[in-house]
Amino acid sequence: MPRVTTHRLLSSLMNVSTATSAKCFALILPYFACGSRKVRRRYQLKASSDNVLTGSHYLDGNHAAAEGAIAAGCKFFAGYPITPSTEIAERVSRRFPLIGGIFIQMEDELASMGAILGASWGGVKSMSCTSGPGFSLMMENFGLGIMLETPCVLVNVQRGGPSTGLPTLPGQADMMQARWGSHGDYEVIALAPVSPQESFELAIHAFNLSEKYRMPILIMTDECVGHMTEKVVIPPPEEIELVERRYTDKPAGKAWPFELTDDLISPMLPVGKGYKFHITGLTHDERGYPIINAEAQEKNVRRLIDKVNKHVDEIIWIEEKDVEDADIVIMAYGISARVMQPAITKARKEGIKVGQIKMVTVWPFPEKRVRELADKVKALIMVEMNYGQVFLELDRCAAGKCRTYLAGHAGGTVHDPENIYNTIKEAAK
Amino acid sequence: MSIQVERPAEEKHPKEKLLRMDRIPHIWCPTCGLGTTVTAMASALEQLELDLNNVAVVSGIGCTGRVAGYMKLDSFHTTHGRAIPFALGLQIARPDMKVIVFSGDGDLISIGGNHFIHTARRNVDITVICVNNFIYAMTGGQVAPTTPITARTATSPFGNYEHPFNLPLLAASSGAVYVARWTALHIRRLTTAIKEAITKKGFSFVEVVAPCSTLYARLNKLGTGLDLMRFYHDNSVIKHGADVREVDVDYQSKIVVGKFLDIEKPTYIDCVNDGNKRVFGDKYKPYGGNHGDN
Ligand SMILES: Cc1ncc(C[n+]2csc(CCOP(=O)(O)OP(=O)(O)O)c2C)c(N)n1
Ligand code: SF4
Ligand SMILES: [Mg+2]
Repeated sequence: MPRVTTHRLLSSLMNVSTATSAKCFALILPYFACGSRKVRRRYQLKASSDNVLTGSHYLDGNHAAAEGAIAAGCKFFAGYPITPSTEIAERVSRRFPLIGGIFIQMEDELASMGAILGASWGGVKSMSCTSGPGFSLMMENFGLGIMLETPCVLVNVQRGGPSTGLPTLPGQADMMQARWGSHGDYEVIALAPVSPQESFELAIHAFNLSEKYRMPILIMTDECVGHMTEKVVIPPPEEIELVERRYTDKPAGKAWPFELTDDLISPMLPVGKGYKFHITGLTHDERGYPIINAEAQEKNVRRLIDKVNKHVDEIIWIEEKDVEDADIVIMAYGISARVMQPAITKARKEGIKVGQIKMVTVWPFPEKRVRELADKVKALIMVEMNYGQVFLELDRCAAGKCRTYLAGHAGGTVHDPENIYNTIKEAAK
Repeated sequence: MSIQVERPAEEKHPKEKLLRMDRIPHIWCPTCGLGTTVTAMASALEQLELDLNNVAVVSGIGCTGRVAGYMKLDSFHTTHGRAIPFALGLQIARPDMKVIVFSGDGDLISIGGNHFIHTARRNVDITVICVNNFIYAMTGGQVAPTTPITARTATSPFGNYEHPFNLPLLAASSGAVYVARWTALHIRRLTTAIKEAITKKGFSFVEVVAPCSTLYARLNKLGTGLDLMRFYHDNSVIKHGADVREVDVDYQSKIVVGKFLDIEKPTYIDCVNDGNKRVFGDKYKPYGGNHGDN
């Protein structure tokens, strides 16, 4: 079987002829050219007090994610270089001096994650980016972020793993790590963009979710989306809606950092305003004081979980197509949701009734919808670049009511659409 | 391990303003050095007459790590070893605030050692107070990177064989601008050192040699915390400006204390601002955090 290269496959998917891409590259080159003189000129051209680079651009997913974060008002970025995520940090480090932000390259990912939590408590929107090995190192402080209920955004540009794996090639095998990677019980929200345009938009969405639900949000993109260059339209600032942080309206002495509210989302307490509050990664009560017993654990952990579960209908974002009369529904996220398109088109041409779901949010898993579909359809398929991670959730929710299939592989390249097509054929039998 | 003492209702704790009285009694053992160290910190803050709203304390994990939970300040109890990066983020977000890291020797120098040296290298404007009890106390008295050779711990039951760190040397050679060492006995001098460290612009470091009565003293048959205080009294040698290469602490021998380093150097934020002003001129939008209007 000939190896389908990512680039060729994608240009065919995107209907971009090689000539067009070459032209676009020529247009974009001066912008990205390095060398200090050019860099300076570029800044003079782009200098503006405005954070939002309104207009049409030709960007890769990583640069677009950086622009999304900047548009969302991110002003603190701490990170450690790792392929294939580094372009996010590089872009931020160039853009921040002119918009009043600060970029710091930390000594490692443990520190990066810790620093963005500290900055967030300092009242600044903060973010980091990484890939597999760095993601593993961030897991401990990611858990602290969950426990301290700290808004911030973490992008994992997934590469092949385990261990150092395939630094320059795509993977989607950190999905269960995203879900359960830090110790203990908790819920996460994870988004997966399919394109540079979505990388931009979901970065803004991630910041909004993080402020709304007061928690770290994961963007689980992949090398392919991160390094694919496409048109990205950045809207004018007035068209970008931002969720600002909700602080308590109670005076010092009456307000607690984890106050119980109806929606289970406590307003934050600002530092430096006399609240003199305490927060800890230990199991704690509303006051933030450590309480080391099973009862406090139940209340604390239950609320962290219910905070997400209670709002699951608002959080879950899936896009369905041709699902209503489908016999087979195929689901995917990130680059795989694009790569499966030729397979679906081919199967539908042959009369197989295939519907599709693109998961913009992967976590929380769209459990309710999958259970409904399992009652109606013959088979459900999950396409992902791993040997069955999110598939396990699909299979669990199908609960034996329909057949389930995994179109998976170990990563290193995107799927060959032919293999996805074969899975559809198999499911249609 | 704590003892509840009946006191008349009208009697107030002298440091009430700086302690979370609703969390007292604390968890520390009788004759632990942490009590006097926290008192020194509270006295320093009182004497400095700072706006206490603008002071934050960040701790890692350990007996010392619990300090954040007892100080009535914006206070953060983070993860083991990561207090410094958290504090760095907080300080950069709020450059107007005094951010003090208060943690143990294992926390700051072992698991957090990399953050310690890099944050000192950058000269980030924080104060680090390291309570060195030569042991991992919270977890039951295991060997630490500060345990003197031959000292017994739960995991060096035949006496420690490893070379320990000399903390003032580590701090100074990594880039700290203020380095001092005192013991928990030197309350007045320690208070002054903490005051100087907090006032100092840049990465300031105070090592506090302090008794862990329950573990270090017991495992080494050194008596109680009080006996260790007596030992400090008889064996501390004050040497301001001592060459930090010569201030190693050996097992139950002389402890050199004093202010070893006090120099001027631009802070991390100053360097970033100056660098960017040189490159971008008027176009540079200096980073100043959110100036407290969050
Ligand atoms: C990642 C991680 N590893 C190990 C521990 C267990 N642990 C808790 S405190 C501690 C050592 C504390 O020693 P030190 O910092 O010297 O503080 P002390 O208790 O002596 O004041 C360890 C190893 C932990 N909490 N987290
Ligand atoms: S175990 Fe040691 S360091 Fe911890 S509180 Fe007791 S005496 Fe202090
Ligand atoms: Mg210790």
